[in-house]
Amino acid sequence: MNHIAPGRNAGVYSYDDIDRRFVAERVEQFRAQVERRLSGELTEEEFKPLRLMNGLYLQLHAYMLRIAVPYGVLTSRQLRKLAEIGRKYDKGYGHFTTRQNLQFNWIKLEDTPAILHELAEVDMHALQTSGNCVRNVTTDQFVGAARDEVVDGRVYAEILRQWTTLHPEFTFLPRKFKIAIMGSDADRAAIRIHDVGVFAKRNERGEVGFTFYVGGGLGRSPFVGKLVRDWVPEEDFVAYLEAILRVYNQYGRRDNIYKARIKILVHELGQEKFTQEVEEEFARLRGPKYRLAPEIVDEIRRRFGGPAFETLTDEPESFQAAKAANPDFARWVAVNVLAHKVPGYAAATISLKPAGGIPGDATSEQMELVADLADAHSFGELRVSHAQNLVLAHVRQDELFTLWTALEANGLGTPNAGLIGDIIACPGLDYCALANARSIPLAQAISARFADPARQQAIGELGIKISGCINACGHHHVGAIGILGVDKKGEEFYQITVGGDPTLTTAIGDILGPAVTADETVDAIEAIVEVYLSNRHDGERFIDTLKRVGHGPFKERVYAAH
Amino acid sequence: MALNDKSRNEAVLKAITANRLRDGEVIFLAPGPDLGWVERLDDAALFEDATTAETVLAAAKAKAEGEQFAVDVYAFDLRVTDGQRVPVKTRERIRALGPTVRIDLGKQAAA
Ligand code: HEM
Ligand code: SF4
Repeated sequence: MNHIAPGRNAGVYSYDDIDRRFVAERVEQFRAQVERRLSGELTEEEFKPLRLMNGLYLQLHAYMLRIAVPYGVLTSRQLRKLAEIGRKYDKGYGHFTTRQNLQFNWIKLEDTPAILHELAEVDMHALQTSGNCVRNVTTDQFVGAARDEVVDGRVYAEILRQWTTLHPEFTFLPRKFKIAIMGSDADRAAIRIHDVGVFAKRNERGEVGFTFYVGGGLGRSPFVGKLVRDWVPEEDFVAYLEAILRVYNQYGRRDNIYKARIKILVHELGQEKFTQEVEEEFARLRGPKYRLAPEIVDEIRRRFGGPAFETLTDEPESFQAAKAANPDFARWVAVNVLAHKVPGYAAATISLKPAGGIPGDATSEQMELVADLADAHSFGELRVSHAQNLVLAHVRQDELFTLWTALEANGLGTPNAGLIGDIIACPGLDYCALANARSIPLAQAISARFADPARQQAIGELGIKISGCINACGHHHVGAIGILGVDKKGEEFYQITVGGDPTLTTAIGDILGPAVTADETVDAIEAIVEVYLSNRHDGERFIDTLKRVGHGPFKERVYAAH
Repeated sequence: MALNDKSRNEAVLKAITANRLRDGEVIFLAPGPDLGWVERLDDAALFEDATTAETVLAAAKAKAEGEQFAVDVYAFDLRVTDGQRVPVKTRERIRALGPTVRIDLGKQAAA
């Protein structure tokens, strides 16, 4: 195998010739399929599954292309290419999604082969972004950087990418299959709302092992993933997942799309019976074929390269001085910057949620700016978070002020990571063919209402998540405050839920009361926040207060006028 | 799109829409016997009678799909209020105009 040496880009997996040839073949295959569709050799019915396998959907205004960002990690070169595609083939912007992907909304079918060809030039593609396959594996946006990290999840996410992409058994599953991996105690990847959630950890001897949660999912019937095995040794990682997928492939329902996800199987069989089936399958197939040898893990880890960190100390003087002299910068650091595992470095969140803005949208110019900043300050590498923000993961603390100044000057310095303005919203009825109601205008109205950064910081951690229909692409079920768009006799209404939690203590929110109009929803959010602030004890987050006082006071206040 | 009381009394008409195969553009069936397509709702054929709309829809669908010109061909409801053609459903209004959150884009931008 003739693979390229790890580039100067930190922590980005370097493709080898096999990967490249495979992607190139898929592009040519799709080019021929598009030609056959346009010439009439293929009917729409025949063509639709083929285009979906290449991430191409038909939406309200045009085709939508969903581009995979494996485990959310990009090089600056890749981001520049996305910016270029946005300008050349779309309308100068893209939408980063909760699955750490990028969607373009105005794509022409006839341009798609050329776009995929250009993407392949930078080792990108739209594979496994649609269809009943194992989808793009997601992980912590701070992977390989966070101080609290125990295991680097990228390595295992990449192992899964390689193992699932060509796996014939897993190309036609009963339904789509989403896996998320987390390697630190703080769950930033919402693993228990995925079909399989993997929690990577170490035992006393320092060996890597995995806890498996299976059967989580949102959509029409939300479920929290059930614990299936607390410790799967590293060498059995692939075997165990293979066992889970086989049980699913064998028993999963193909007759009813609403019952086809693994969550329904786990629910119907029960946690115990499902676990037993998996364990039996695992015992059968465990052996040399499925053993994940340490050499493979090491090789993949090596292919990620590694940033050449310098020996520095935390809180250098210039950084402290900049914070002292500039309260806005200090606020941004307090809210958007996370401790790094290497002293003297930090991970910075670039909010794509300006007050009144469209969550997750970035213009081609902004993408280019971020690419430049990634080159200047973060080893040419960046990440997409499931909260629809961007992250520069390895910034020297003494360069944070320069970074912030550039971001701030371009509308990218909003200090709201994890706060009430950091709203997750799906495209909703403004773009999506399946929507019941719009999501984006509501997100804009709420973030505008809570625009004041000091007020946001005073409110503290509070995630609002909005979906335009029950498919729950906006994760509303696990929003501390969730909002679901519904259609009532042709009018847009919104159902509010409270108490959702996407972290390891996963909880699905409860419906607060009858659905209300968009305007009423914004007022309801304000009312909920006021009730929280007037009831909160020291150090309580919104969900803590809610748990303590119950829904009563919130419900009373929101529906007082009704 | 708040419909005022007056518009509720306007007759509900039908128009026929689709997405153009090669680029996904929203298109509407044009008036006339040759079953052509236009990009703007203002230029579309309107049908007062649901039965006629159904008949034309079947013919337009067969032709457009047969010629690989359009996909997802269907009819939808609209009213004409103060001379403006306003689809009954928000979804169709957004298709006819563009995203409400980006009024610089879509058909509404070129207006
Ligand atoms: C605009 C085109 C989109 C379409 C047609 C679409 C379609 C769907 C459907 C049908 C489901 C339900 C699947 C099921 O429960 O089996 C779903 C779930 C989901 N989608 Fe989307 N989606 C779209 C956009 C997005 C976007 C923009 C995001 C990210 C912001 C996203 C992320 C998700 C997530 C996280 C789930 C729920 C998790 C799960 O249970 O699988 N989707 N989507
Ligand atoms: S939740 Fe519904 S409206 Fe929103 S993107 Fe998903 S399918 Fe579309």
